[in-house]
Amino acid sequence: MSTDSQPDIYDRASSRLSAFGGWIDERFPMSKMFKEHASEYYAPKNFNFWYYFGVIATVVLVLQIVTGIFLTMNYKPSSEHAFASVEYIMRDVDWGWLIRYMHSTGASAFFLVVYLHMFRGLMYGSYKNPRELLWIFGFLIYLCLMAEAFFGYLLPWGNMSYWGAQVITSLFGAIPYIGGALLEWIRGDYYISDVTLNRFFALHVIALPLALVFLVVAHILALHEVGSNNPDGVEIKKLKNADGHPVDGIPFYPYYITKDFAGIVFFFILFAAVLFFAPTMGGYFLEHANFEPANRLQTPPHIAPVWYFTPFYAILRAVPDKLSGVILMGAAVVALAFLPWLDRSKVKSIRYRGWLFKGFLWSFAVSFVALGYLGLMPATPGYTNAARVFTIIYFAFFVFMPWYTKADKTKPVPERVTYHAH
Amino acid sequence: MSAAAKPGSANTSAETSVDGVDNGRRHFLLVATTTIGLAGVVATAVPFLASWRPSARAKALGAPVEVDISKLEPGALMKIEWRGQAVYVVYRTPEMLAKLNGNDDQLRDPKSENADQQPTYIKGETRSVKPEYLVLVGVCTHLGCAPLDKFTPGDAELGASWAGGFYCPCHGSKFDLSGRVYKDVPAPTNLAVPPYTYLTDTRLLVGSDPGVA
Repeated sequence: MSTDSQPDIYDRASSRLSAFGGWIDERFPMSKMFKEHASEYYAPKNFNFWYYFGVIATVVLVLQIVTGIFLTMNYKPSSEHAFASVEYIMRDVDWGWLIRYMHSTGASAFFLVVYLHMFRGLMYGSYKNPRELLWIFGFLIYLCLMAEAFFGYLLPWGNMSYWGAQVITSLFGAIPYIGGALLEWIRGDYYISDVTLNRFFALHVIALPLALVFLVVAHILALHEVGSNNPDGVEIKKLKNADGHPVDGIPFYPYYITKDFAGIVFFFILFAAVLFFAPTMGGYFLEHANFEPANRLQTPPHIAPVWYFTPFYAILRAVPDKLSGVILMGAAVVALAFLPWLDRSKVKSIRYRGWLFKGFLWSFAVSFVALGYLGLMPATPGYTNAARVFTIIYFAFFVFMPWYTKADKTKPVPERVTYHAH
Repeated sequence: MSAAAKPGSANTSAETSVDGVDNGRRHFLLVATTTIGLAGVVATAVPFLASWRPSARAKALGAPVEVDISKLEPGALMKIEWRGQAVYVVYRTPEMLAKLNGNDDQLRDPKSENADQQPTYIKGETRSVKPEYLVLVGVCTHLGCAPLDKFTPGDAELGASWAGGFYCPCHGSKFDLSGRVYKDVPAPTNLAVPPYTYLTDTRLLVGSDPGVA
């Protein structure tokens, strides 16, 4: 051994390593999976800024799972101890405040990133054939994420936790005939009690994360089956080179993973700024009323959900009838799932669509943000009327879509993606 | 039935293949085992779903509670807890009771015809056993917030036309001094009246119908 020169050692180590790889490959498709999903997964070379949010959402999911596991080690899911155990995490557990603020900031970051990711899909027609199922998986992820956030918000057992859960579970009471019994079944008691807290904890830490991870895997598998869309909405699989690879595609590994790391680092710089300097975001990420324990007899004077639910909350409040309000709020979410079949345009990307689609899409985006703002405000007649106007604009995007996507004047789509080397 | 599509079995009858396989019997067994299996899955789901219902302990804790109303002053409201919910007891003055007449056209259910919202012995515009003492579940029938007592007529927040009553701060539902819901607010029904009975003139048992306890 002592006579071996340096390169020999290196060669021998690397051949041992590849022998070990071979041993695994005979027993588990490690190399095959790496090729299929990374080194030989060809993604369009013209991705832009908007294509960061999918990978960032995945990173945030990991962050939420890891911080969540550590929070569970000190949190107590009982109505008697929950509030105090969160304070204990914040004050007495070493670095507990950091882990908890990572988790609470992560929740808001998750929604921000997912909303941008979804808007990207709307702009570039990523839900259109052949990506309908990919879009449906994404929609289910969004549903799970909303449920996950809702269940998690009860856990600190603050007064806003309590009354938020009271209001949202009451939505089910609006269902005719079975509403009352259903409400009791969901709460497991006649009110939001220790029983409710305990079961929301179980759903928040086991059931929904499991469903989320499963759906994310399905989402990525579906993506890798049909291939990524791109800002031009051109199918890169149509044009392949002699090796059978798309001429406008580059392998995810090493090219996009390197680019994604840059985006992830940039995201974490912004994330850390919020985490360290504004973890409550002035009451928008962690609401002020939640710093006092749940009080069953006293509703906070102004009740509003966390910012990521407020667009739908504004729609709920805009309707003067309880059941119709609940139905319309549900429809505002579920409508997204039908986009692949509502959009009848020949082209995918906003780049080649006409002013009709652009007008409807931007007014939809504006109404979503405006409803989000109105949902934070008290329900005064002025704000309620404004919410009604924006609710109509919001739904117009979906209801008139089969018409305006067909009637729109589209531009010719190029054969290949437009790409300028930097 | 893909088993029947094997080479060699294509031209034989659906009932018996050349290998002597009784396809009819296979089909029956397949349907029978699948049906029994699904029934088993449904039966297994029952205990899991039923475990979400209020437990025996939760039901026991929902037992009636006694309230002493002797110290309640005229025009005042007291909150007690029954089944984890706020129950309001209001000692209504003659002026307050007088306001319950003549506002029927502004109310959605002035005669309390929705039977789910009060026991059968609660009738009339006072919605109470004794007119002075109003007993209500303090849970807004819209989305469950606790309505505030805004008994002063012409309240600054609610405007000059406000006759006094309950106001829900969450979504702006309004109720009169008997908990009857006004028209054009999100709450669909009157505030609920819980079952209650007078043990003595100053002691109430909330959660129990008269003659039961």
